[in-house]
Amino acid sequence: MNIAFGSLALGLGSLAAGFLGALTGLGGGVVIVPLLVLVFHVDMRYAIGASLVSVIATSSGAAVAYVQEGLSNIRLGMFLEIATTLGAISGAALVTHVPTRTLAVLFGLVLLYSAYLSSERVVQSRPEPTGPSPAASWLRLNAAQPTPAGPVPYVVQNVTGGFSLMYVAGVLSGLLGIGSGAVKVLAMDHVMRLPFKVSTATSNFMIGVTAAASAGIYLRRGYLDPGIAWPVVLGVLAGALIGARTLVRAPIGRLRTVFVAVIVLLGIEMLYNGLMGRA
Amino acid sequence: MIVDRETRGGATRLNTWLSHVLRAGVAVSAVVILTGAAIYLARHGSARLGDRVFHGEPADLRSVTGIVGGVRRLESRAIVQLGLLMLIATPIARVVASAIGFLWARDRLYVALTGAVLMLLAYSLFRL
Repeated sequence: MNIAFGSLALGLGSLAAGFLGALTGLGGGVVIVPLLVLVFHVDMRYAIGASLVSVIATSSGAAVAYVQEGLSNIRLGMFLEIATTLGAISGAALVTHVPTRTLAVLFGLVLLYSAYLSSERVVQSRPEPTGPSPAASWLRLNAAQPTPAGPVPYVVQNVTGGFSLMYVAGVLSGLLGIGSGAVKVLAMDHVMRLPFKVSTATSNFMIGVTAAASAGIYLRRGYLDPGIAWPVVLGVLAGALIGARTLVRAPIGRLRTVFVAVIVLLGIEMLYNGLMGRA
Repeated sequence: MIVDRETRGGATRLNTWLSHVLRAGVAVSAVVILTGAAIYLARHGSARLGDRVFHGEPADLRSVTGIVGGVRRLESRAIVQLGLLMLIATPIARVVASAIGFLWARDRLYVALTGAVLMLLAYSLFRL
């Protein structure tokens, strides 16, 4: 096989991942590493590097729309980015000391957890009408969600808990090359009790910065291979753009089920390979 | 009052600015990556695909100065790497833009918090 053909195959696989990720709202990042490792036999470290950069591309692209609508809480995002970048740096520093088979096992577990989270019906959490936490008031994190009926104010709770969980999200991102969108939404939606749309938009706003923090370390370590990264980044980006355009017309329910099933299968295979020491 | 109104106007202007930074960053990086990839394929496209075993990148593709040097010599892999570097820089540029926005709104607390994030990012990209 020559380089041109190999790049084309890699690009098309990434395009499919980006497309399905955007269409189902699950993000393509979580399947890029297993796709590269299991299907294309790319080394885990190169796969994580390429995935990180493609995560930056898609999240920045998606953040444009959210930020313009004013859905992202920019203060909250900036404050929590301290936790995620710290975590991302720790995660990227840890990678050199963790054997790839352990990374594969951890990745398998994260894939299965993401599948579990997304198969669960999303419960629209209503922020309780209690007073804001003192930390949230001091940091001026409370804001309002723009809705067709006008802005609806919300209050932020449990700032410490959310901040700590964001650190974990950052570590996972740096260690595995994923956006950790699921953990970020969990922290904001369930712990800090933000409206669901605000958590999703703010999480997307933060993913790029988190990934950039670890991508810098990957680059300097020599884990970012241009020959592998270019088809992946361009493929995922193109797939995400097409996915966002077709979002309105597609029968998302069934596609989502298929994509979740794919995630479960990849998770089991990563777990198996890691445990057998073949990753 | 839970919603602070004074900075709302500024925040909206900031939002528009931030989204411009993000969109431009992704578009420009994608064009640079595509250019490098086209040259790479034209030169090496028919070469045999090496095994994707980990060997680590050469020093020239690991640092900002090394990449810039490679781009000057028109090395295709260095051009792709420059595009990837610009993509990594896009969210960082967004943080810089936020810092300027907060500075403009005289929001000292958030200038400090944004500065902390910038320092962490600089640490990641330039030394460790």
